[in-house]
Amino acid sequence: MDEISSLIGGFKVALSWYNVALMMVGIMLGVIIGVLPGLGGANGVAILLPLTFSMSPTSAIIMLSCIYWGALFGGAITSILFNIPGEPWSVATTFDGHPMAQQGRADEALTAAFTSSFVGAFVAVVMITFLAPVIAKFALQFGPAEFFAVYFLTFASFIGMGKGSPFKVIASMCLGFALGAVGMDKVTGTLRMTFGHEELLVGFDFLIAVIGLFGIGEILSSMEAGLKFQGTNAKIRLGAVLTTWGNLLKYWATSVRSCIVGCWMGITPGGATPASFMSYGLAKRFSKNSANFGKGEVEGVVAPETAAHAAGTSALLPMLTLGIPGSPTAAVLLGGLLIWGLQPGPMLFVEQKDFVWGLIASMYLGNIVGLIVVLTCVPLFAAILRIPFSIIAPVILVICAVGAYTVHNSMFDVWMMLVFGVAGYLFNKLNYPLRPLVLAIVLGDRAEESFRQALLGSQGKLNVFWANPLVGSIMALGLLLLLWPVVSWALERMKSKRPGTPVAAGE
Amino acid sequence: MTAQTEKAAPKTRPVRSLLAAAAAAVVLGSPLAVATPAQAQGWEPTKPVQFIIPAGTGGGADQMARFIQGVVAKNNLMKQPLITVNKGGGAGAEGFLEAKKAKGDPHTLIITLSNLFTTPYATGVPFSWKDMTPVAMLALDQFVLWVNASDPYKTAGEYIAAVKEAPDKSFKMGGTGSKQEDQIITVALEKLTAPKKFTYVPYSGGGTVAVQLVGKHVSSSVNNPIEAASQWKAGALRPLCIFDSKRSTYKEKVTADMGWSDIPTCKESGVDVQYQMLRGIFMGPGMTPEQVAFYVDLFKKVRATPEWEKFMEEGAFNQTFMAGDEFKTWIANNDKIHYDLMKEAGFLAPGK
Repeated sequence: MDEISSLIGGFKVALSWYNVALMMVGIMLGVIIGVLPGLGGANGVAILLPLTFSMSPTSAIIMLSCIYWGALFGGAITSILFNIPGEPWSVATTFDGHPMAQQGRADEALTAAFTSSFVGAFVAVVMITFLAPVIAKFALQFGPAEFFAVYFLTFASFIGMGKGSPFKVIASMCLGFALGAVGMDKVTGTLRMTFGHEELLVGFDFLIAVIGLFGIGEILSSMEAGLKFQGTNAKIRLGAVLTTWGNLLKYWATSVRSCIVGCWMGITPGGATPASFMSYGLAKRFSKNSANFGKGEVEGVVAPETAAHAAGTSALLPMLTLGIPGSPTAAVLLGGLLIWGLQPGPMLFVEQKDFVWGLIASMYLGNIVGLIVVLTCVPLFAAILRIPFSIIAPVILVICAVGAYTVHNSMFDVWMMLVFGVAGYLFNKLNYPLRPLVLAIVLGDRAEESFRQALLGSQGKLNVFWANPLVGSIMALGLLLLLWPVVSWALERMKSKRPGTPVAAGE
Repeated sequence: MTAQTEKAAPKTRPVRSLLAAAAAAVVLGSPLAVATPAQAQGWEPTKPVQFIIPAGTGGGADQMARFIQGVVAKNNLMKQPLITVNKGGGAGAEGFLEAKKAKGDPHTLIITLSNLFTTPYATGVPFSWKDMTPVAMLALDQFVLWVNASDPYKTAGEYIAAVKEAPDKSFKMGGTGSKQEDQIITVALEKLTAPKKFTYVPYSGGGTVAVQLVGKHVSSSVNNPIEAASQWKAGALRPLCIFDSKRSTYKEKVTADMGWSDIPTCKESGVDVQYQMLRGIFMGPGMTPEQVAFYVDLFKKVRATPEWEKFMEEGAFNQTFMAGDEFKTWIANNDKIHYDLMKEAGFLAPGK
């Protein structure tokens, strides 16, 4: 097979001492970047890009892509420990990861997150190695209608996730849509809901909302609970990694499903964020322990992390083969390719074999190196929770503020973050779910944009959403998931009716 | 820090104007400039220079700004680093407002694209090029009319005729953003297809538009060369004409039988539409001539590097360079052109 020999050639390029050292440095920097909220992989890569100009393109891309892997790994750390997602795709990891940390199982959650990340990324790299040309063509079939169908599927797989009243879920989601709509309306090119305030031009960045709602909200709640972290009873178990690994094998079905979701979303390119949400929603729906989701279920960490990494990795494929970046970080890497005189696109695989296969080989090696680095640090990360709350809380607050400021270099965002923090605290008190709100801020405007692009193209005809088998089947899947609660409720009702028991006696 | 680096490396350039240095120092309000009169080449940055990109990551302006950042760092063209910052909110208004606010701050630069003209007219956000100090035009970015290579149209004339034949709005033009350069060109083309119109579908970035065209989700695009070059090379897209008054000067073959210079101008093909996009550098208001001169000189040095030459060729840029009054006149003319085009198309915000 051609691929195998090319890959072996790639390993020869990637396995020099110099390149392996660059990998280590890249992973370390990436983890740091991932941990700091707001800095993010894209900014991190952009800042470090000039450092690599003196290197050969292959060494440079190896280091930069390792920063990318490191950032993907690092995003999970703060999500689990402090409920602050450093990256958009880590939001879903907080849902179960943070409750686990509060129960003193931070090491377990971190191990599960890192291992799942690795599995997701590895599967995606194998796919890139053997299926790149075929898959690249598949991505071309995605027009606006197909993109909307994907977003619809994400929302649908998330409906019914809240434990509380469905009206509160809807209220929360609608608030998210409204906040997501502030700023530039990309389809008409006019501003909306800015009320003449220059600060609102940029809209509500999802990161600021999340840092506030989750991070600051969490600190406020902890303060009320008596100035202590519930994670202080965190034990430092050196064997945690191995015991967790043993448990993870049980979740193979979730892993496989999440890999498929992730790879697919990375290629299309829907991106890592919808992938992580969708995968979490699906895992909850199909899990035996679905009642335990949100309270510290390992499966709830495995699903989003696997999918986010599978997507993050496969997002590099459309970048290399089509020249369209599947993520903001991929976009910055794309800029880097141009500086080194490489033109991303269909010809890269033909003209720059050494470079492409060196990069693919470095994906294998970078992920293995990354896994070893982060896993050895698990006890160290878990130990952070043993620091008294009175010391760690101000540190978290400062990191949150710096993170919010970094998004647009604007002080206004720091105030917004505090407002969101108070809102998050009140939402918790009043039992309004935060997740639908966050999901709507993240994906609401993208879904709206593709919906309107699709309708523009079809001149207002709705049949564009079932015009071909691809979009039709995604929409059908979405509708099925959306109606699933109703269907399962009806099925149960039928079952319970048959023996003749009175309905709703339990109420 | 900055004082040390400056003193550690004194330059032996002739003292041109002590007065200018003093003037610069007054503007800066910094004793540093007075303390180092040997630096009197006029003015030099004393801290890292913020380079604003009024667009998102990955687009043409972003690529160019990051490229310049790289060239400056690699060739040591400036003692202080250049730090790129994306401020693309509100179709770039975020970045331009920041530049407008940087009054008298010589450590803020902004790279512009056509949204310098279009964004204030379309959104009503209060800024204009007059609120900033023009530094230099680096190049003009070209626009090319592209169709999918599997389509039968070989010339722009054939394509326009087909649009004219077909039912109204059945041809889809994909473009970047709304009420910006791509849609302005589309409106200009519609004068020739009248009474038939295109359905303009806005996307978030030029690379996406090119791929959507390859996937036949739109019928044509007016992508910048660099956005579609790779797809052209791979045989997926076909260029019909270039929206410039003359053909491109880059003769090297991109595909087996065609180079940029082989693409006819739109006028040659009977489609008399011209449009080019400014890739220029501006500063905030209230700069001294010495400060502007420093950056003009810097960008001249950037343009002299072999890396720049290669970058220009890959993107088939029109390498016109302008600074000073010539540049100001050019901007004023183009501002008028954009205003007229947008007024005609009905793109102006209320009150503009």
